Amino acid sequence: MGEYLLRAIDIHKYFAGVRALDGVTLEIKPGEIHCLAGENGCGKSTLIKVISGVYQRDSGTIEFDGETLNKITPIDAIMKGIQVIYQDFSIFPNLTVMENLAINTQLAAKKKIVNWKNMRKIAQEATEKINFKVDLDAQLGTLSVAEKQMVAICRALMFNARLIIMDEPTTALTKKEVQALFKIILKLKAEGIAILFVSHKLDEVFEISERFTVFRSGKLIKTGNTSELDDRKFSYYMTGREFDVQTFVPAATSDSPVLEVKDLSLEGSFENISFSVKGGEILGITGLLDSGRTELALSLFGMAPATSGEIIIHGKPVKITSPQVAIENKIGFVPEDRLSEGLFLPRSIGDNIIISEIDNLTKGILIDKEKCKEEIRRWVEELAIATPDPDNAASTLSGGNQQRIVLAKWLACNPEILILNGPTVGVDIGSKHDIHAILQDLANKGMAIIIISDDLPEVMQNCSRVQILKHGRTAGELSTQDITESMILDKMM
Amino acid sequence: MQKLMKKLLQRNETYIFLILFALSLLIQVRSGQFYTSNNIVDILSAMIVPGLFAVGAFLVLLSGGIDVSFPALASLTAYATTKYLLDAGYEGSIWVPILMALIIGAVLGAVNGFFIGYLNLPAMIVTLGTASIFKGIMQGTLESKQLAVIPAGMKSFGTSALFTATNPQNGLSSRMPVAFLVIIFVYALAFFILRYTFFGRGIYAIGGNENAAYNAGYKVKRTKFLLYVFAGMTASVAGIIRVCMMQQCHPTNMLGMEMNIIAGVVLGGTAIVGGKGTLTGCFLGTLLIVMVENSMILIGVPVIWKGVFVGLLIVIGTAVSAYQSTRASMKVAKKREGAA
Repeated sequence: MGEYLLRAIDIHKYFAGVRALDGVTLEIKPGEIHCLAGENGCGKSTLIKVISGVYQRDSGTIEFDGETLNKITPIDAIMKGIQVIYQDFSIFPNLTVMENLAINTQLAAKKKIVNWKNMRKIAQEATEKINFKVDLDAQLGTLSVAEKQMVAICRALMFNARLIIMDEPTTALTKKEVQALFKIILKLKAEGIAILFVSHKLDEVFEISERFTVFRSGKLIKTGNTSELDDRKFSYYMTGREFDVQTFVPAATSDSPVLEVKDLSLEGSFENISFSVKGGEILGITGLLDSGRTELALSLFGMAPATSGEIIIHGKPVKITSPQVAIENKIGFVPEDRLSEGLFLPRSIGDNIIISEIDNLTKGILIDKEKCKEEIRRWVEELAIATPDPDNAASTLSGGNQQRIVLAKWLACNPEILILNGPTVGVDIGSKHDIHAILQDLANKGMAIIIISDDLPEVMQNCSRVQILKHGRTAGELSTQDITESMILDKMM
Repeated sequence: MQKLMKKLLQRNETYIFLILFALSLLIQVRSGQFYTSNNIVDILSAMIVPGLFAVGAFLVLLSGGIDVSFPALASLTAYATTKYLLDAGYEGSIWVPILMALIIGAVLGAVNGFFIGYLNLPAMIVTLGTASIFKGIMQGTLESKQLAVIPAGMKSFGTSALFTATNPQNGLSSRMPVAFLVIIFVYALAFFILRYTFFGRGIYAIGGNENAAYNAGYKVKRTKFLLYVFAGMTASVAGIIRVCMMQQCHPTNMLGMEMNIIAGVVLGGTAIVGGKGTLTGCFLGTLLIVMVENSMILIGVPVIWKGVFVGLLIVIGTAVSAYQSTRASMKVAKKREGAA
């Protein structure tokens, strides 16, 4: 065996004349944890698919275990010991855990007839390998995301895997689940299996990987040891831009709070939450997945009205019973899942921006086209939404730009209070910085902002204070000026 | 025992069975004629053709597709086979017509399979189109008209009985056609394929997650192609059997059956988006539709109201199963919250 397990050298791949991979190189040593990073659309996923045989490369060479591979099919790759765990895990939600685990080996052995006893045995062995306890007869669709991922990992391990590629494995996991996953990864490494960990989350790259490779726009930017890397360099490699990381300090705050919450409760979700936000302030709310943070956001915006307690806006108690009431009280809300809750994906970017202020853009009973165009142009410019034409569908944009549309939609209504739930989930670093800059700018113009997030660096950088929730109760409120991430973590766990 | 009960209560088939049972009791109370040997035989005999259609429709739905062309496909096959054998003066047994129907059915099914499997076109559009084409070939090229006479072999197959059931009270008797063996065979075959072959598991897999099926190493295109060929073959056999049982070939009277058949399969718990469903459910759902269509007269509902009842059944039945599944998923979410 040579120094490298996998060498993909000078790979080119075109789609309909568009260059997706422009001579990239990726080398992975046996048994190492290698991180492949890059922003959305940089070619990470394309390269994975080339290595796993889903796509055929247009030029370049791939060597695995010292052997040059010419044409690779998905089955070839599996037989060689290359396993990919895709973001959707490539599982069958309608089948049992047992069948999901056993099906690949059986197909690879070109079996035609099903032997259920044998399948159960295979599935049992697979789960025992990493001590994963699960009901083999449960339908896969009823498991949690983390459990589904474990099933996918178990399945990958059955083929004497030498290299396991994980495509953004932590996207839908909670902090605890990520830690559990990392333990498994280290265990696999100890068994000599190389892991290619695809991610654009800084903290994860530093925590788990030994070496890294960064792509940008289909080109190799940098490869090296993670120990020689720091935040700044990493962001620069990813985006080609330098960022100044500064903790937000409110420029000027209003004398009295814009929003006050007293003993707010929602049965079964959270209890006796109290806080206040002044104009010009950014308040962070953080906690684990079951802490009630999302429910709190929904209650403030009237989607799940609180069962008791008070919400006071500009000193006046209000009952927020529906999103309409919230909007009337000048509250804006950027939801956690922008794809299903915040955007009309097939509609144009422009339509998405003006949808919530459409009532003001009328001439008589008709919609005023000119006013609409004017409004759309203003917001596309102001938030620097990268699109050649606002008539394009919202689905054509990257995550970061989509989030900007959601922001634009709310800003167009001139809210005084803006609540954001996970504002940068699934957004690449460059856009993340831009969105943070926009939020800080809005606060400086006097808006009261609440950021709900479990991304601690995000909370630390942007919020002046942070309220920590645990099991639906306040576990503490801290000023971000004089604390560290670990102090927040202590209170969260 | 409790576990078994709980399991049963989660299954759609249980509810369909209870509805079937309630309906049969209602008919029995109103007419006293449901639980008579001849009525049961009549219903089973009426199940043969819809039951065969349902298997094909079920397998296709399971894979995440849909086939609305099977009545047209069956009509074309049955008509072409009967006409050709009549013109050729065929006098032999039932095997030749069945074999011919299987071949023609496979070819027509392959047309669907080619467009849907290999060219990856939407199944609904393709089968709507081919339904029209099949009908057009039958009515245009073959100039179809009602055939009052059918070949002797088909005639005797249609009239031969496994046994005859007589109602001692009113002396009415009903024959159980030999063709019932065909439906038993096809269901047994479908059960074996679904449970014990990787082709069958592939149908579930593709219905659940097509990309994952491809990644796992299934030949997705070929599986889909073969599936439509199989559906074409079962539909064609159903068509020929219908001609035999009616003792004449009426080219258009099967057309329009697709909606009730698909509705029956969905009532039986098959997910319209694919991946979920059982053969038992498929059979029970179809039986429910057949019973309502055939037995309304026994409880004194005029025939003109039949459509309304079938429609109501479909709306209520699917609403109940939709409600069940949302409740189930809420339970899962609850459980997960509790675990976290």
